[in-house]
Amino acid sequence: MSSFPKTPRLLAGACCGILLASLPVIGSAEQAGHYGYGESATDEQIAAWDIDVRPDGMGLPEGSGSVDEGMAVYETYCASCHGAFGEGMGRNPKLAGGDGSLDQDRPEKTVGSYWPYASTLWDYIHRAMPFFAPQSLSDDQVYALTAYVLNLNYIVEADFVANKETLPKVVMPNQDGFTWEDSRPVVNNERCMKDCKESATVSDSAAGKNLTPSTTGPLDEGMTE
Amino acid sequence: MLGKPRRLHRDVSKAVLEESERLPSAERRRFLRNGLFTAGGAMVGGTFAGIAPKALAATQSPPEIPSWTRTLGAGVVTDPYGVPSPFEKDVIRRNVPWLTADKVSSISFSPLQHLKGIITPNGLFFERHHAGRPEIDPQQHRLMIHGLVERPIILSMEDLQRFPSVSQINFIECPANGGMEWRGAQLNSLQFLHGMVSCAEWTGVRLSTLLQEAGIKTEGKWLLAEGADGAAMTRSIPLEKALDDVIVAYAQNGEALRREQGYPIRLVVPGWEGNTHVKWLRRLEVGDKPWMQREETSKYTDLMSDGTAHGFTWVMEAKSVITSPCPEMPLRGKGIHQIEGLAWSGRGKVKAVDISVDGGQNWQQAQLQEPVMSKSLTRFSLEWKWDGNPALLQSRVIDETGYVQPTLAQLKQTRGTNSIYHKNSIQTWKVNADGGVVNVQLS
Repeated sequence: MSSFPKTPRLLAGACCGILLASLPVIGSAEQAGHYGYGESATDEQIAAWDIDVRPDGMGLPEGSGSVDEGMAVYETYCASCHGAFGEGMGRNPKLAGGDGSLDQDRPEKTVGSYWPYASTLWDYIHRAMPFFAPQSLSDDQVYALTAYVLNLNYIVEADFVANKETLPKVVMPNQDGFTWEDSRPVVNNERCMKDCKESATVSDSAAGKNLTPSTTGPLDEGMTE
Repeated sequence: MLGKPRRLHRDVSKAVLEESERLPSAERRRFLRNGLFTAGGAMVGGTFAGIAPKALAATQSPPEIPSWTRTLGAGVVTDPYGVPSPFEKDVIRRNVPWLTADKVSSISFSPLQHLKGIITPNGLFFERHHAGRPEIDPQQHRLMIHGLVERPIILSMEDLQRFPSVSQINFIECPANGGMEWRGAQLNSLQFLHGMVSCAEWTGVRLSTLLQEAGIKTEGKWLLAEGADGAAMTRSIPLEKALDDVIVAYAQNGEALRREQGYPIRLVVPGWEGNTHVKWLRRLEVGDKPWMQREETSKYTDLMSDGTAHGFTWVMEAKSVITSPCPEMPLRGKGIHQIEGLAWSGRGKVKAVDISVDGGQNWQQAQLQEPVMSKSLTRFSLEWKWDGNPALLQSRVIDETGYVQPTLAQLKQTRGTNSIYHKNSIQTWKVNADGGVVNVQLS
């Protein structure tokens, strides 16, 4: 479908090879800046928007925050939704607890029981929390909150200070709990057409459970049935 | 079930009354004021006044001449941006209030039971936001491309539209579509069970064009896409996919993206889980490793029954569902019915769809409706003579890789009941003797 090179290696080769560059431009193998649209991004512009943080610490800024400092920030901005100890309020996410529950009937996936990397905590608090005022906290406040939430999960001690040196070294309990490749399809169903099974038995029905909102009439919060 | 037609009839009468009061009389006044008709104008007015009460009191079927045949309709640009007939007011997106803590980080479902063909109307495309729908001024919006590139650039929306454009029809499905049903049959509705999938013609710039413009460095292996909303949604995408068929879309079914769909620009990542199609796109960074963001660690990872989880489960596997009959569209009597539905696969084209009316004991191949396109919704149908006895209806898709849509029992056997996402199992509708249709699960 596409005539574009499929791998970055090929692409970079096509872009930068001296031989190719001296030839007329063919097809889609244009060099960088071929169209020339837009403006070059300055270092200052990139720094202002480039907020992502990786497990190896790339992207973590200067600054730091302790568990104690984090507790104060947490009580001001976080506890009303996530609970005083990260236990979650109402339907809002639980941040702590759930250790050893992942293979249980009702697993509790929290920062401590499930999240594989501490960097994700810094990154996500910084980009999207508090829910009602994202990107309103200072880097030090985010470091402090990260330290506090890790401490709520007994992953770091009470004297822990989070900064760009210490955070990448934190080993999360469930770091090895993931397979990072798509191993599907995991099911190989057979395309049987005739007499595929003896009978078909209904084991569960949605009728009468009173969970389905109305699909006619105006939007409402009520249930039908 | 059987109460619905009566209620609909009452609603229709009320709407007819409203329409007849509002539009024709406005037209009439305009004609009289402008003096375009003299005798004719008087006749229109007189005729309308005379016939309306009688027409509303009875049916408009033969031998009656319907009131709308004997009056003038609304003029052009009565609706400068057209809206559906008031009789279609039930065809709307809806949400399940108990599913999420609030409507800002939530989902709405597309009314698949009412839709035809494969294109989802823009106003009915399902919504999924993590921090609400931002109001973005396209004049001020910018896309930055940086990281391991030769030429970091910032593009305005005008810049983007100067690049060569492509259009392609692709579905987007939330990986949580149907995720409420792992443990049992809960919701009795096609809309709520399967409505987190929609399909549109997307127009925009190939991501490969933009990345070539920036020039990827040899070490570049991954791409991070980030939104401009309050969630600043991010996902890591391997460069191989980014350079294959991903587009930065600015149009949806011929017009600018709807705000709910990422206005002014979004990523369209054909065949991959909806979460990767980052909306309100503001930044693309090339890197040498994935970023392991919240949306690919805490969320959008699939917990297996042994307590381990699968990450980067990007592709939406083949899936199908019968859209008629369904709980919202019961059968109205014995006889010949058209079983219709939708099938799709994130791995390519739909090759075949099979239908069973006995809960999977026997199957017949359905007809596929053209066009059948890669990573797009595909329509299927099969004529069925219903004898009035209870039946168990199922559809089963086979995609071009040979993958056969699994049963729920097969999925649960390998994945347990806690993986939330990627539940693509065969749906069973139980048809009762009265024609009512119920969501059931088989043992």
